[in-house]
Amino acid sequence: MDTILSLLGAGLLQAFEPLNFAMIFLGCLAGLFIGAMPGLGSVNGVAILLPVTFLVPPTAAIIFLAALYYGAMYGGAVSSITLGIPGSSTAVATVFDGRPMAQSGRADQALMAAAIASFIGGTISVILFTGFAPPLAAFALKFGPQEEFALMLVAFATFIGLGGDDIPKTIFSILIGLVLAAVGFDIISGNPRLIFFDMVEFQRGIEFLVLAIGIYGIGEMIWTLEHTKGAVQMHKVQITLKRVWDNFKQIKEYLPTTAMGSVVGFFVGTLPAAGATPASLMSYGLAKSFSKDGDSFGKGNVAGVAAPEAGNNAASTGSMLPMLTLGIPGSPTTAILLGGMIIWGLRPGPLLFSESPDFVWGLIGSMYVANFVTVALNIALIPVFIRVLAMPFTILAPIIFVLCVVGVFATTDRMFDTWLMLLLGCMGYLMRKLNYPVAPAVLAIVLGPLTERSLRQSLISSQGDPMTFIERPISLVCILIAVALVSYPFVQKMIRKRKEPAEAAE
Amino acid sequence: MKFLKTLTMSAAALAITAPAALAEWQPRKPVEFIIMAGTGGGADQIARLLQGLIQSKGMSPRPFIPINKPGGSGAEALSYMAGKEGDNHTLLVALNSFYTTPIIQEDLAIDITELAPIGRMAMDTFLLWVNSERDDITDLDSYVEKVKEADSAWRVGGTGSGQEDSILTAMMEKEMDYEVTYIPFPGGGTVAKNLVGNQVDSTVNNPAEQMEFWRAGNTKPIVQFNEEREPPYEDVPTAQELGVDIVYYMQRSIAGTKGMDPEAIEWYQNLFHELFQSEEWQNYCETDGLTCDEWLTGDDLAAFHESQMQRHRELIEEVGAESITNK
Repeated sequence: MDTILSLLGAGLLQAFEPLNFAMIFLGCLAGLFIGAMPGLGSVNGVAILLPVTFLVPPTAAIIFLAALYYGAMYGGAVSSITLGIPGSSTAVATVFDGRPMAQSGRADQALMAAAIASFIGGTISVILFTGFAPPLAAFALKFGPQEEFALMLVAFATFIGLGGDDIPKTIFSILIGLVLAAVGFDIISGNPRLIFFDMVEFQRGIEFLVLAIGIYGIGEMIWTLEHTKGAVQMHKVQITLKRVWDNFKQIKEYLPTTAMGSVVGFFVGTLPAAGATPASLMSYGLAKSFSKDGDSFGKGNVAGVAAPEAGNNAASTGSMLPMLTLGIPGSPTTAILLGGMIIWGLRPGPLLFSESPDFVWGLIGSMYVANFVTVALNIALIPVFIRVLAMPFTILAPIIFVLCVVGVFATTDRMFDTWLMLLLGCMGYLMRKLNYPVAPAVLAIVLGPLTERSLRQSLISSQGDPMTFIERPISLVCILIAVALVSYPFVQKMIRKRKEPAEAAE
Repeated sequence: MKFLKTLTMSAAALAITAPAALAEWQPRKPVEFIIMAGTGGGADQIARLLQGLIQSKGMSPRPFIPINKPGGSGAEALSYMAGKEGDNHTLLVALNSFYTTPIIQEDLAIDITELAPIGRMAMDTFLLWVNSERDDITDLDSYVEKVKEADSAWRVGGTGSGQEDSILTAMMEKEMDYEVTYIPFPGGGTVAKNLVGNQVDSTVNNPAEQMEFWRAGNTKPIVQFNEEREPPYEDVPTAQELGVDIVYYMQRSIAGTKGMDPEAIEWYQNLFHELFQSEEWQNYCETDGLTCDEWLTGDDLAAFHESQMQRHRELIEEVGAESITNK
């Protein structure tokens, strides 16, 4: 432990060196704006700014890129809350409750909660990272396809066992998402499938962000316009110091879910190939399942903003772990960071911690500092972000529409995806109008491919024997949790039914 | 009148573009660097190294952006290339699935010989790897014995049906008369990780993919599939030495789109030739066990692709397409 502390101390000192600290500040600021722009996620940001980093030493360079990565995680929440468009795929779950909060005039509360939860998530996970990196890396190795599949079941279960929502409609929504996720090349055999109208564009599958922006940006906008007939309905928020303080004190309401989201997010982030998007969705689902008033989720519950934000920030730290220790990036952004490391002459792998301690601990030290910098920047900028909502919705709506179109085109560079986004937007509108929950469809399209692959890999490896999921301890535990989550609402109903006659008799 | 207007306008347009055409061609927007495999694999590492070298040496006025399109054993990347016909800002980092995937997936409708041959950067090699904890496997004989004992439940990790490692696995099955279960993962890096975590029993990885785990003592090579022993694996016998007739290399080359402008092709050829000769690239080849002696480009490279295509057709016929796809 002593050695860890002294190494960490050296790392922190390194983070405070003028050049490194400047890199943290610039990275966070750049990340914040890149994350807040729909269509410009942390992946693009890191890719575009990678060449800039060749001007500074490797440690300063990765500190800059890592800070940018965190900044973008925070920034993604901003457009999710103020505009209702996910700024990046990792911030989709933040729309679920962030949007309703903004519509009821609580955008500042949502932004504050997002900033604080991100800070807590980032900090908890960097502490876990500091203390337990080697054992966690060893644990990540134990995660084979069976465990991955079981974990995915837990994620789906959190969305089915939501109690309040109509369960058949939730399942229907998940199935729609799964069908859309199956479009494109078969993961195992490589054959094209579900190519609608034989259009080659479908071979590449449906990008998740296309669906998310379509459903949340376009679908939601049409629905809001119809619902309010274009009348102004965003409340102006007066920012006073007292209100800021009140918002800060609200922390009590979401502290438990934030803590849970942080741990879940970090853990999911450490698994190679998962990344921050599934982590934030799972944190949201779990927060809703364990909440006393799960029904209020999706309607503007502050915990519904805090949980995914804690989750995605924790995961972004977590995904550094497989990148550094296994050389396998846990997310698309870390894949680019990995490329940077190879150019700087660093070899990510099991020996990195012992061969380049300065680099590793400098990076870890900077993660602590970056968290403080981003939370401070975020809270300071809330009044600026809020101004967006002062515009009448009749002006805001066309702007959102343009941002959706530009955002999709900028991400995929294909007009096909832009049309698809508009089509999916209409689908989202219909689902919304018919009272189908859309969040489960979003979850399914993110987790569908991961689930399918791990299921098929497991079954191939066990020669088709499904018992393989029960024979492995980690997988068994996850499956039991999933079963408990799914059956929970039914059990609850039965208990209620038994109680009611008893109460009536009294 | 309208005719006159059109005429003056086209003359004006010509006047604007003419000086630009005279200057040497160079990228005017970021170049998409399409990788037909997943993150962390050999192709991915190479692409990211090249991208970094291009940027750190200031060799291109616009950056190269690596994009992974691993779906369908590289089919995703190939169909993407097909859709970019005539585009001067899209390049493909090709490996052997460049040949095998179009052979196996007939409905893909892409002729790789029509893609612009930019340059062959290296020939990569394969080794057979097992986890270091397997004390019972010390050489090829004990390996074959264990695989046969497992009776087709032996799990081999790979990057996808039709990928080069699946063909090599099928060649081994045929030569050594055993059967295995082939499990596809997204990318060579993930394959390597699953061997360390004992999720699979053996793999055929490129040296670069296992290098760090090997150095850390997590995995060990059993046999290499080169003609001669290659550094840094001088202690590992070749398959031929042991009487198994398998020699298999993997090409690492860069291809442009079909119908790319000749000026653009030439610019990229010069760029990659310079990279090929750079000290950084040659060092990487040495430490990671790649062979980078001979630079191939233009017609020579096209002829090489032609012969490799033919060889893979024969190989796939020999082992049977079903043994690769129906796993």
